[in-house]
Amino acid sequence: MLAYIVRRAALAVVTLFAISILSFAIIQLPPGDFGTTYIASMSAGGASVSEGDIQAMREQYGLDKPMTVQFVRWMGQMLQGNFGMAMEWNRPVKDVIGDRLMLTVVVSLAAIIFTWALALPIGIYSAVRRYSIGDYIFTFIGFIGLAVPGFMLALIVLYVGFRYFDANVGGLFSPDLADAPWNWIKVKDMLNHLPIPAVVLGLSGTAQMIRIMRSNLLDELRKPYVMTARARGLSELRVIMKYPVRVALNPFVSTIGYLLPYIVSGSIIISLVLSLPTVGPLLLKALVAQDMFLAGTIVLLLGVMTVIGTFISDLLLMWVDPRIRLERR
Amino acid sequence: MSESMPIAAQTIEAPEEVMTEAEERISVATAGQLMWWRFRKHTLAMISAVVLILFYLVAIFAPALAYVDPELSEAQRGLMPPQKVYWLDDGKLSPHIYAVKGARDPKTFKRVYVNDPETKIPLRFFVRGFPYKLLGLVPGDIHLLGVEGAPIEESLFLLGTDVNGRDLWSRLMYATQISLVIGLAAVALSLFLGVLLGGISGYFSGTIDTVIQRVIEIFRSIPTIPLWMGLAAALPRSWSTQQIYLAITLIISLLGWTELARVVRGRFLTLREEDFITAAELVGCGKMRIIFRHMVPSFLSHIIAATTLAIPAMIISETSLSFLGLGLRPPAISWGVLLEQAQNIQALAISPWLLLPVIPVILAVLAFNFVGDGLRDAADPYG
Repeated sequence: MLAYIVRRAALAVVTLFAISILSFAIIQLPPGDFGTTYIASMSAGGASVSEGDIQAMREQYGLDKPMTVQFVRWMGQMLQGNFGMAMEWNRPVKDVIGDRLMLTVVVSLAAIIFTWALALPIGIYSAVRRYSIGDYIFTFIGFIGLAVPGFMLALIVLYVGFRYFDANVGGLFSPDLADAPWNWIKVKDMLNHLPIPAVVLGLSGTAQMIRIMRSNLLDELRKPYVMTARARGLSELRVIMKYPVRVALNPFVSTIGYLLPYIVSGSIIISLVLSLPTVGPLLLKALVAQDMFLAGTIVLLLGVMTVIGTFISDLLLMWVDPRIRLERR
Repeated sequence: MSESMPIAAQTIEAPEEVMTEAEERISVATAGQLMWWRFRKHTLAMISAVVLILFYLVAIFAPALAYVDPELSEAQRGLMPPQKVYWLDDGKLSPHIYAVKGARDPKTFKRVYVNDPETKIPLRFFVRGFPYKLLGLVPGDIHLLGVEGAPIEESLFLLGTDVNGRDLWSRLMYATQISLVIGLAAVALSLFLGVLLGGISGYFSGTIDTVIQRVIEIFRSIPTIPLWMGLAAALPRSWSTQQIYLAITLIISLLGWTELARVVRGRFLTLREEDFITAAELVGCGKMRIIFRHMVPSFLSHIIAATTLAIPAMIISETSLSFLGLGLRPPAISWGVLLEQAQNIQALAISPWLLLPVIPVILAVLAFNFVGDGLRDAADPYG
């Protein structure tokens, strides 16, 4: 059990390292460095910058050092919570991201909860009542959910909401509350707005989950112990829920590790279409403006979030699956 | 020796039961035939296969199916809604359209377009139009659609126009070409990576296997879209359309090979334990011969199925990136580039037809999924 936790934790650390290198690469990839970008933005503002100033600044930020040194410096700053300056906003990256990162977490979590809450019962139903009309309908909806990319679904939802309900379904807050400080009214307002993004974001994941749950449970239901349980006169609900569902749940829990990066990815684009105040639109703006500190930080933080979530799902799997828990105790 | 043969054969034949004709057919069928029979039973997959063939025909003949140059813009014709085609004329089949007049609404300043019932323009098929080269090779100027008695770029707007007055139908044809080809190209690249790394991982096992598996796990736990966006945004602005095209293909396939590698490795692992591989090893076949002569043919069909299932993800990736404005850049036209114009609620409210490219995307993705599903079922005909 301990070996399992250590192994997963080690993998998480390695993944984090890989993500940090990639994020750093994203910061470094565009031609030129912070200095040239700074000159460009300053001269665009009408101010003139002398060559000496630039040189001083390069030294201050360590831009004249080799790549590896820069990377270590950057990582060190990151670990201290110093994410650098968002050039376009002229504010620390931390302030710019702040709330938005939290809202990204909220939206992603809501999508995952929605996915599970829907996929679990439907998966069980589809497996138990295989080839029934309900099964076919859910399979069909599942295929549509798989085939329609999230942002298109968001576009369609926007259009339908506008055309037939005369409502703007985008956003996470009512207009008059968007800039208000956090209080209960604002939280309630957010909860009211949350279902649509959660559904749009969670649908394709839900479709996948239903299929996984259905096929897992079908495999399980064929096994002799189910028949034994039934022969001994257990109620149908107990026969299904007590053992087969529990076993079928295993791969279900383990796939959350793959579901999470998928949903975080999706939230970026969907936020843009539904104009949600998450890090998605911010990342796009930063990338277009080549504001690389901001962009790199967002990519890194999203990666960190995903890795932590995956680790939690690993622990969850351990809790659900005694085979992992009891291995080499 | 030769005399005893028929006797031996007879003793074997004796307990044989009489086969029906169908059983006989199955028992002598090749693996390929069995796969085809099983695939044929999957109705949805068959329909989808036809849809895919049609899609690729559109991709090949895109310039002939378009009726005007997709880049031809005219501000006077901006945001024109799709045109209605009238099929009957006095009870006779004679497709025609009416000339469209644009005017500005004096109150809202919006451009409004009205049909001019006086000017009837008959539709013609297979007419000469702007010159093109099919697949960049075969020159031609025959187009599926045309009109008579009026310049086509001023009269025919089957699916309406975009903000710049470019014809959506013609652009959609070219977009289909690029989007489908980029899906194939990206999948070919990831297939190469996947088979190479998955094969190495599965065949040699041990430390190499562990390392490659961990790398795959790391790749899969990274949210792809932010990474794609980062990489795509880092492409120099000065690059030509072709360079961007190649780079985007590379970026998409770079992160898409993991699933294929997983499938290949799984197959290698199960096959390695099979008797016929052991037999080949005992007979003294070389490693390469075992891999390519004995192992690859027996899981080729699985690879084809997995590849088919990977294509829609590639298409969606390209569409998403271009939709964000980070993928292909104009003048390249793809489904994503077209959809970029339908990004916000204002655009949707004024010009909902710009959302039309959603339909081919969904259709193509669904079709690839169903065909992949059918292929996966058919891939193992003895199972």
